[in-house]
Amino acid sequence: MAKNDLLGASLWDAYSNKVTTLMNNPNHQGEISEEEAAAHGNRLIVADFGAESCGDAVRLYWEVDPKTDVIVNSKFKSFGCGTAIASSDIMTELCIGKTVKEAVKITNIDVEFALRDNPETPAVPPQKMHCSVMAYDVIKKAAALYMGVDADSFEEEIIVCECARVSLKTLQEVIRLNDLTTIEQITDYTKAGGFCKSCIKPGGHEKREYYLVDILRDTRREMDEEKMKAAADAGSKGNFESMTLVQQIKAIDAQIDESIRQFLIMDGGDMEVIDVKPGDDYIDVYIRYLGACNGCASSATGTLYAIESTLKEKLSKKIRVLPI
Amino acid sequence: MQVYLDNNATTMVDPSVVEVMQPFFSEIYGNPNSLHKFGTASHPALKKAMDQVYTALNASDDDDIIFTSCATESNNWVLKSIFNDHIVNGEKNHIITTEVEHPSVYSACKALEDEGVKVTYLPVNSEGVVEAHVVKSFITDKTALVSVMWASNETGMINPIKEIGEICKEKGVLFHSDAVQAIGKIPVDLQSVHVDFVSMSAHKFHGPKGIGALYIRNSQPLSPLLHGGEHMGGRRSGTLNVPYIVAMGKAIELATTNIEEKIASIRAKRDRLEDALLELSDTFVVGNRENRTPNTILISIRGVEGEGMLWDLNNGQIGASTGSACASEDLQANTVMLAIGADNELAHTGIRLSLSRFTTDEEIDYTIEHFKKAVARLRAISSSFAKVGPTPGGESKECELHFH
Repeated sequence: MAKNDLLGASLWDAYSNKVTTLMNNPNHQGEISEEEAAAHGNRLIVADFGAESCGDAVRLYWEVDPKTDVIVNSKFKSFGCGTAIASSDIMTELCIGKTVKEAVKITNIDVEFALRDNPETPAVPPQKMHCSVMAYDVIKKAAALYMGVDADSFEEEIIVCECARVSLKTLQEVIRLNDLTTIEQITDYTKAGGFCKSCIKPGGHEKREYYLVDILRDTRREMDEEKMKAAADAGSKGNFESMTLVQQIKAIDAQIDESIRQFLIMDGGDMEVIDVKPGDDYIDVYIRYLGACNGCASSATGTLYAIESTLKEKLSKKIRVLPI
Repeated sequence: MQVYLDNNATTMVDPSVVEVMQPFFSEIYGNPNSLHKFGTASHPALKKAMDQVYTALNASDDDDIIFTSCATESNNWVLKSIFNDHIVNGEKNHIITTEVEHPSVYSACKALEDEGVKVTYLPVNSEGVVEAHVVKSFITDKTALVSVMWASNETGMINPIKEIGEICKEKGVLFHSDAVQAIGKIPVDLQSVHVDFVSMSAHKFHGPKGIGALYIRNSQPLSPLLHGGEHMGGRRSGTLNVPYIVAMGKAIELATTNIEEKIASIRAKRDRLEDALLELSDTFVVGNRENRTPNTILISIRGVEGEGMLWDLNNGQIGASTGSACASEDLQANTVMLAIGADNELAHTGIRLSLSRFTTDEEIDYTIEHFKKAVARLRAISSSFAKVGPTPGGESKECELHFH
């Protein structure tokens, strides 16, 4: 939030001229009949995606030459807002002249790009990016019908954010590599969740199979588990500095039990570990003397020195012992 | 021709209202709290404005009508101060409101829930109306407040405020109503109903934006939202917005004088528009006309998405409104449309047309013509009206994505 966000965006002002023009006069709006396709010796494919009850629906018509698999004509019908109609129109244009296999490669990003007035400026505001996803989905469906396969077979990876086409694998990698902890960071790094926002959490515009909140939580959990496992390994190997705090306290206690406490008890005293604070240069171990040690002159000099040097030798050179 | 049919969002300021405001900017500009004549010079006009508001609402002299910056402030004031006075510093813990309130009530209630208040959001019936017996059934001895809007901004449907008021009185529960969409549109007589707090806003009845009021029955206690220089008897601090208060007085007077005649005139145009639009096939209007504010139509047009329709109307110089999810910043379906639940598709196809006393017959004719043209064009593109069906296996499923 800052000055430029205070008034809120005017949705329609963010549409490209191409979007506006195609909304007002779509070029490929219409239908292709079975008879028409048959008269040309072509095959008609009609695929639906979405429904009126969802808020957007598109029907894609392809007339395909069965000898070459080339889409020779394409039309659409759309229930949707201006950007949905413009996206559908440009989608049919992108299909015409391509083979079915080539058409499958058209993504929503291609559709949005084709609607731009210039390569740098997005054709639609972020929340409208979703409209172009319909185009991508309905092409897959039409191609599947033509080829007699399942539409899912075109998917090489699991796409979590359809608007920005970000895969599950990418998201997991980016979270790990950059140690991301918030959804905002994920959007900044990958653009996922920056458009229609359906993929962020359940309850958005569209129901999704994967949500960013779950992916973040699960990836963080895996990262924590790995860290813990690494720390456990470090503990068993005696690598003090890589241990978790609990492990460090346990290791210190173990050392004290093994080589220090008995001498203190002999003199009628004792000690306890209060806290461990790891820093860049030192690992500070706060202790409290008990019994006769408390107030003993040596507790601030000789005894302290003995405790510190034992811990330094056995655990880490960075240890500094501070009595309180 | 351009036609403004979004008067439930805001209205044109009546030029005669602008006129009465004028002297209070550069001529009579003193602070009404000052002792000198520059300050006191504004008093007669302020007194007149207050009289105009009290008269328009038939408020008693024992009641307080406190000027605020808008109805959002008035609504927040009631909810937050009831929370403070009766929940934090009292024995209550419950507020009852509805699923169809304006965000200034709904979001304020959501914020109070975060503070630990139990809030009941009452459903509405298929007409979009809250039924009084439903209100009654949810009142407990822990209920601090019932807040039900007088009329809906989206549908124009009028809630049974008199009945709900009687129930609240009988149960000894405070009752607030956001009357923003009622005042100036239908008669509101605050002595014939039992409502403790009523919010209003001038810009909905041809006054300026940035001025509203809160009616407080019998000057009863309600801790202030804004603390400061003890203006308005200490109930709402902040230097009095003299020109806007004067304007609100004039605007409410103009809106409510001979209101029955004004209603009849607006209703006639509204009904004519509604009848003409309902000639289109596969359309329906939400709510019985007789129980609706006389200026409002919420129409669903099958096969035509709301934002697309708004676009075409805008191309024809007509300003309307839609609850369609596509037209919102966050793509969330309008909660009011979902709450009515009359039709799953209403949330995507609803168009709201709201008239004012300035709407002319010529504008209605023009709107009918353009509206029908827009529907014809968009239905020609619409997949809902396509003739050639999908290749077997190419059908798609109906949607299930309507969450709250």
